[in-house]
Amino acid sequence: MSQPEIVETAINAPYWSALRQGRLDYQHCRSCGHDWLPARAHCPACLDTDNEWRAASGSGRLVSWVVYHRAYAPHLAARLPYNVAIVELAEGPRLLTSIVDRPDGSGLFADAAVALRIEEDFGRPLPRFCLSQQALTAARAAEYFRTPRRPQDAIEERSEQ
Amino acid sequence: MRGKVVIAGVGNTVYGKHPGRDKIELIVDAAREAIEDAGIGKDEIDGVFVKMANAAPTVLYGQKVAEALGLQPAIGCALDQGGAANIGLIAYAALAIEAGMIRNALICYGDTARTGSHAVYHRPRGDDAIHGWYSTAAGYAMIHQAYRQRYRARDEHFGAVAVAARAHGAQNPRAHLRKPLGMDAYLSGPFVVEPLRRDDICLVSDGAAAILLTSAAEARNRRHVRAVPILGLGQAQESWEVHLRPDLLRTRAEASADMAFARAGITRRQIDFAQIYDCFTVTVLQTLEDYGLAPRGQAGEKALAEGLGVDGWLPFNTSGGLLSESGTPGLQLVIEAVRQLRGEANVQVKSPRHGLVSNQGGSMHTHATLILGAAG
Repeated sequence: MSQPEIVETAINAPYWSALRQGRLDYQHCRSCGHDWLPARAHCPACLDTDNEWRAASGSGRLVSWVVYHRAYAPHLAARLPYNVAIVELAEGPRLLTSIVDRPDGSGLFADAAVALRIEEDFGRPLPRFCLSQQALTAARAAEYFRTPRRPQDAIEERSEQ
Repeated sequence: MRGKVVIAGVGNTVYGKHPGRDKIELIVDAAREAIEDAGIGKDEIDGVFVKMANAAPTVLYGQKVAEALGLQPAIGCALDQGGAANIGLIAYAALAIEAGMIRNALICYGDTARTGSHAVYHRPRGDDAIHGWYSTAAGYAMIHQAYRQRYRARDEHFGAVAVAARAHGAQNPRAHLRKPLGMDAYLSGPFVVEPLRRDDICLVSDGAAAILLTSAAEARNRRHVRAVPILGLGQAQESWEVHLRPDLLRTRAEASADMAFARAGITRRQIDFAQIYDCFTVTVLQTLEDYGLAPRGQAGEKALAEGLGVDGWLPFNTSGGLLSESGTPGLQLVIEAVRQLRGEANVQVKSPRHGLVSNQGGSMHTHATLILGAAG
């Protein structure tokens, strides 16, 4: 499996175009007021197609996260360990992203405040996040949230037993 | 619908590795056993309901299976609801039998994801793959992490599920993995997608399973003494991807169980054992809580303190489940419930009256619930 490619369409082009301009945008329904990501033609709440793109403030909270110790595609091997996180924007929509300053997940905790940091990767700007100052203070004070680390050289598929 | 349709026969292959064998071949093996067990003639089957395979799925799959069985059924189909599809199919087949459209239905599922392709379990997840979002395990790891955070759950709470399933699988001669697991071994297992350790994750197996459904009236006419009545069926779907759900720790499994219990007309306390879909250990804790069998955040603590064996809090996955018997999604749990209610299980619960089975699929996207009564 090679590295992922994103196909830009009439529906999602404004999202990627905003990121190239340094903004994270989400969709807002002019009919019922619902806000969402990812890009869709229809509002999933009222099915209307009359929507607009709005700029997110860039602040959000961490909902959950995982840390990969196994590469499911060759291009990911050099990145291990890396995290993928769910972030809820202050405006409501949720997205999958990464917490860039904590690749191995250390110091992360549910509801931590996070701030947008747009980074270039795979040839396109991606919306990523880092812990906000306030969350960093909490993280330092709460080292007990850390999962104990274990040697990672013995990773094998569960079914190999 | 209560008790109008029965499970008249069950069959399954050995689970594990079947190199070089086709999944439809395995289904025919399991179907032969189920047909013989039911005492119903092969040519009396007029409904063939197949769960979509994970290894190399194809179009018109239900018809391929019917062809291999030499059948021209009234209804033949393949269903994709992920791991909830087997109980989903049982529901649609039972409705068709009750409506008089068909008389005898074969529900079957076979896969060769162990020695064949298991690419589906490792797949990139749409455009979010650009963030490194790959695999089935990762969606459950998100739920597992949320569970740990909200309830301050200990690793041993998840470990209790794996240890119980493996203890039961070790006693099942046709199980894929017959190696018991101790808590220390669970805790020292390496992370795959943290917080998931190796033994939080189910097997990937080859194998097949089949069951035969008929009406209770038909079973009486045939003087079938081992038919197990279907008392309640429920389904409900989450649909949203994990990250778009407003709450990762409240799923539609709750609505699925409510539907099944209402139809069965019994209470949670009347359940004598539970075969819970254990693709991951957190799925079991989440399902037990959504089903109303344990208070929120406490299923793991109860499992650890009171046990999940036949003498424990709730006899659970008595043939080993997905963690030990077979990673093939779902039908083995139904078959084990039938064997329990006939008094034929390897790890037998004492005289059970009511058995509960959960199926779910995706990353808890789909849910289905089955309640069965004692044979006879």
